Amino acid sequence: MTLHLPRGQRHTVSLTLNGERRSGEAEPRMLLCDFLRHELNAHGVHVGCEHGVCGACTVLVDGRAMRSCTQYAVQADDAEIVTVEGLAHPGTLNDLQQAFSKHHALQCGFCTPGILCSATDFLKSNPSPDETELRDMLSGHICRCTGYAGIVFALLEVASTRQQKGS
Amino acid sequence: MKPAAFDYYRPATVAETVGLLAELREDAAVLAGGLTLGPMLNLRMVRPRAVIDISRMDALRTISLGGNVLATGSAVVQGDALQSEVVRREVPLLALALPFVGHFQTRNRGTLGGSVAHADPSAEIPLCLVVTGGSVLLRSRKRERRVKAADFFVGALTTERQPDEIILALEWPRAPADASHAFDEIAQRNGDFAIAAAACQLRLDRCDRITALSLGLGGVESRPVAIDVGRFIGQPLPEILSALADHASASVDPMEDHAASAEFRRSLARTLVRRVVEKAHADARTRRGVVQ
Repeated sequence: MTLHLPRGQRHTVSLTLNGERRSGEAEPRMLLCDFLRHELNAHGVHVGCEHGVCGACTVLVDGRAMRSCTQYAVQADDAEIVTVEGLAHPGTLNDLQQAFSKHHALQCGFCTPGILCSATDFLKSNPSPDETELRDMLSGHICRCTGYAGIVFALLEVASTRQQKGS
Repeated sequence: MKPAAFDYYRPATVAETVGLLAELREDAAVLAGGLTLGPMLNLRMVRPRAVIDISRMDALRTISLGGNVLATGSAVVQGDALQSEVVRREVPLLALALPFVGHFQTRNRGTLGGSVAHADPSAEIPLCLVVTGGSVLLRSRKRERRVKAADFFVGALTTERQPDEIILALEWPRAPADASHAFDEIAQRNGDFAIAAAACQLRLDRCDRITALSLGLGGVESRPVAIDVGRFIGQPLPEILSALADHASASVDPMEDHAASAEFRRSLARTLVRRVVEKAHADARTRRGVVQ
């Protein structure tokens, strides 16, 4: 059966956000990033270019890092979404976030939530990346403060620490 | 930058999809990963009355090997194709090109069919489909048809797909076991639109004479172009490399835009053709066990 959601009307969208079942309302044209921010109050989702270039709105959808500005909220019905708020228990930092702090991998912090979500997915499938691979992954994010050096140091350290712990 | 209002449809089957397209035609846009349609909607470069979402349709997300063809469903995600063993084995050129397609984060959602349907002149996947001699499988309510990639891409953002058709699959001929491949491009940044791109599939005899060569350029003209290399068959590498690069760059009619002049594109075409043929040649020698 074809699902038809008419324009101009708000439709209920239910999904799992950071482990919790949540729902809100969205017109078909509402971007997923706007839905996460305005309906579900996940303000860690930052909205930059709104056409898939800058990477600020990157979230994990069903475990994979992707833009939330080039998809629509109604498409995410039943999806499992993790935003930067869901990477660590509230009030704590995970190893990635601690490494970002240690290596000054952020200044204004606008791009950071997206990069953290990307790195979370990327390090799962590439547990011991080299600098070139990391910089290639980071090419999907625009950061105008850091020059990326601190971000690369942080990610290399996390990858190597995780490898040592794992072995 | 929010899209104009649209009706959202999520059909459950291909039959429902082509039924909707038969009715809505030009008023509908088919949405797969949204990495090309999404920006165009958000920037209001397109304002379809309806968006038909095929991204969840499992029937369009399969990769299947049959006879001499590898068929990749139109909604196969680029990142999944890149990880696919059968793609790497049967269509090595596509596996070599996919790392150039956008970024890790966009390949996690962007689809093979979406890129082909959008037909950006600089897109890597259409170029590979042309160079490998592949086809696009289309379906409307009334018929199913197959269009050779060389005929499918008409110009910038323009294809042979009719408004009532969807792309079911891309059909890639299985690469000959002894063929070598190479892909390269020049862009202003990693993952950005290619100013020019080149791809080749090469077969050599034991004396490094070319027995088969398929060579194409993307981003140079308004659509991916295959270069006529007939007169180089039987000729030896690396001796003819310069002549081949000159021939390829002379045979295109490069476009001019904000990124590059026509003459600069012609020069990039020459450089890239050299690079990919050199790479494929080196790969062929390595596989034959010739010490470089």
